[in-house]
Amino acid sequence: MIEERFDAIVVGAGMAGNAAALTMARHGMKVLQLERGEYSGSKNVQGAILYADMVEKLVPKFREEAPLERHVIEQRFWMMDDRSHVGMHYRSEDFNEERPNRYTIIRAQFDKWLSSKVREAGAIVLCETTVTELAQDDRKRIVGVRTDRQDGEIHADVVVLAEGVNGLLGTRAGLRARPTPDTVALAVKEMHFLPRETIEARFNLKGDEGVVIEAAGTISRGMTGMGFIYANKECISLGIGCLVADFQRTGQTPYGLLDQFKRHPSVAPLIAGSEVKEYSAHLIPEGGYKSIPQLYGEGWVVVGDAAQLNNAIHREGSNLAMTSGRIAAEAIGLIKSRGEPMTAANLSIYKKMLDDSFVIKDLKKYKDLPPLMHTHSQNFFLTYPQLISKAMQNFVRVDGTPKAEKEKASLKSFVKARSWSGLVGDACRLARAWR
Amino acid sequence: MNVEPSVRVEDKLYYNRYLVDVGHPHVRIRAHKTPSPQLLALLKACPARCYELNDDGQVEIAVDGCIECGTCRVIAEPTGDIQWSHPRGGYGVLFKFG
Repeated sequence: MIEERFDAIVVGAGMAGNAAALTMARHGMKVLQLERGEYSGSKNVQGAILYADMVEKLVPKFREEAPLERHVIEQRFWMMDDRSHVGMHYRSEDFNEERPNRYTIIRAQFDKWLSSKVREAGAIVLCETTVTELAQDDRKRIVGVRTDRQDGEIHADVVVLAEGVNGLLGTRAGLRARPTPDTVALAVKEMHFLPRETIEARFNLKGDEGVVIEAAGTISRGMTGMGFIYANKECISLGIGCLVADFQRTGQTPYGLLDQFKRHPSVAPLIAGSEVKEYSAHLIPEGGYKSIPQLYGEGWVVVGDAAQLNNAIHREGSNLAMTSGRIAAEAIGLIKSRGEPMTAANLSIYKKMLDDSFVIKDLKKYKDLPPLMHTHSQNFFLTYPQLISKAMQNFVRVDGTPKAEKEKASLKSFVKARSWSGLVGDACRLARAWR
Repeated sequence: MNVEPSVRVEDKLYYNRYLVDVGHPHVRIRAHKTPSPQLLALLKACPARCYELNDDGQVEIAVDGCIECGTCRVIAEPTGDIQWSHPRGGYGVLFKFG
């Protein structure tokens, strides 16, 4: 048993845990970080897009040393039906800047690097160690953890729960509810390897330029879901995710959806001839603002996916994780520097600081969108994509039909599918939830 | 367009690295005569197809190919149909890319 006592124990070495451990170690705190994988990253799954701003706050010169794939110069949004996609692409030379804003990354590699920074800062990082239980005293305060590595408890003034979306420890200890089928999505992903030049030719790139594609529509078969295709240096990350409640309700299989997405005529040419080297799956918090649990208590804080901090609309998760981990660590550092105890009252400063950050502000802005998307998924993910595709085809196909008749036909198809009141209602609901 | 029969999940799992903790499955199914709707949902929802129906119509699990997403826990732990934990430290799926 580890006899020594730590200022803080961090459970998990993903984005949130690494940000927290790094920040606290730099505050001169005695930090123990526990990770169940063989190294930081080996259990972590993400698309993945990395946002520079949040990493810069941790490691200002990360661009010189972190394993990055491509800086993103083009974002594509695709609305798909079975044979087509309507796209909105934004590509700008502005993104070829000295300090690019977004990068594609490979999580296992990036996390391993960030973990090396955590060690350099002086934290003890113990991998291949699963935390099995939170240790509580007789007044129900969290005083440490139990692991599967040895008997007994390891004690610390505060435990930072960066345990990921499943959040087993916190839910078992009754600190927050277990994720429910309607607040988490299941995403599956494959890594498709191709020669670098092939990827650059197919995506119209030069050098380290990158493209990311987010896709929605009939690919999710009426469920609330999205597909993604991210260009890395020598591979393409391709995946699709839908709400677990929808999988449960429909009996669709995740690999069936993935397969259909890969065979789509807009997608298949991008990955043709590739060699798949990994198949992964992960849950994504989708409940938004209304699903954020209690964030702190006596001797503990929760950060990242475990706290449901994910912006489903903007597909931002790891930056919210990283920021919440850093802010929690700064709050803890502040309390420590005042020589005060890690009580719930003192730790509430973490929530105050988080409320003032973009993390909670963004989630609050979209607080009504997840319920809207979840309850109207047939309309938003099946009906509208099909209607829009037909209208687009009607618009571009030249066949001797007068334009006025074509427009009338397109409008009629919308009204027939959703009715006037349905169309107006959907528009109002969407506008209200977006505002 | 129904493509499921052509998708072989076993082939997908073959790409992955695992360290199997022989004799210590991290997910267990409660013994049952007839499976609950939640258990039956796992036959389709599990992305690694760890859950199979045996000849007696009961749901069985083989955790060796588990990719540790937690979907089955979200669906079937509340009803007590399954017990779900993380694998012991170092065991389970070892992502090279993630």
